[in-house]
Amino acid sequence: MKKRFGKTDILVLAIVFAVLSGIWIFTSFIIKEEGADVVITIDGEFYKQVSLREDQEIKISGDETAANILKIQDGKADMVEADCPDKLCVHQKSISKNGETIVCLPNKVVVEVKSGEDAEYDSVAR
Amino acid sequence: MGWQGKYMKRNTAYLGMFLALALICSYVESLIPFYFGIPGVKLGLTNIVVVLLLYTSGAKEALAISVLRIFLAGFLFGNPFSILYSLSGGILSFLIMYALKRTGKLKVVTVSTAGGITHNIGQLIMAAFVVENANIMYYLPVLLIAGFVTGFLIGILSQEMIFRIGDRIGR
Ligand SMILES: [Zn+2]
Repeated sequence: MKKRFGKTDILVLAIVFAVLSGIWIFTSFIIKEEGADVVITIDGEFYKQVSLREDQEIKISGDETAANILKIQDGKADMVEADCPDKLCVHQKSISKNGETIVCLPNKVVVEVKSGEDAEYDSVAR
Repeated sequence: MGWQGKYMKRNTAYLGMFLALALICSYVESLIPFYFGIPGVKLGLTNIVVVLLLYTSGAKEALAISVLRIFLAGFLFGNPFSILYSLSGGILSFLIMYALKRTGKLKVVTVSTAGGITHNIGQLIMAAFVVENANIMYYLPVLLIAGFVTGFLIGILSQEMIFRIGDRIGR
């Protein structure tokens, strides 16, 4: 009978699994706070910052050719329309917690939730 | 045709079969609506082919098929970004698996698990460069766990295949 697991394997796998679960639990407690604003960047550059408190629709467009439409409702931001070929950003769930993002790679758009303070600091820094 | 020629022919046929298998895995992966928050980031099912080749044929074959698969799958069911992600994930996980296998201390399952985890680390690092936003590291914890699970399952599956038909494939 050939061995499938050695002692080293079980030890290594158990340690790695414990560490990964630890990281997961730790970060999900820390990060999961409701955010205040969303910051939109195009191609790494600051584009716009809007509050999650006001319901609105924002057209995100770096140039005339590419556009995404972000809808803010009930404190959540959701990509409702996009002219990108894959539409993966539209399929993504709405976001509302600090650090959550919606990414549209073809249009290089990143929408990220921030707490009010970080966001102001960031927009000045950019 | 001498022994050498026969061996080459047989080997090429096997590698072609593995490439086809890898492409099928890519296709299945592209259909799975499993979404990690970053477009183009994949589960890493194709690692099964890399693990099998690493243990039955050799490192060169595993790397060659992996890179070939990434470009073909990228053209067929992906986009330039998915090629970039898969390349960084595929090459990083290959290097780690190769190094761990060479230590001779770990079984296929552990090597494959390490491959699954590093595959996702590689993809995410590349994604952070592409969107020029390090904040997408937010998804790292989930991706690490997902990589562990996929890598582990692929490892168990590969181990069984290597035990049962390992001597009949590759060399
Ligand atoms: Zn999009």
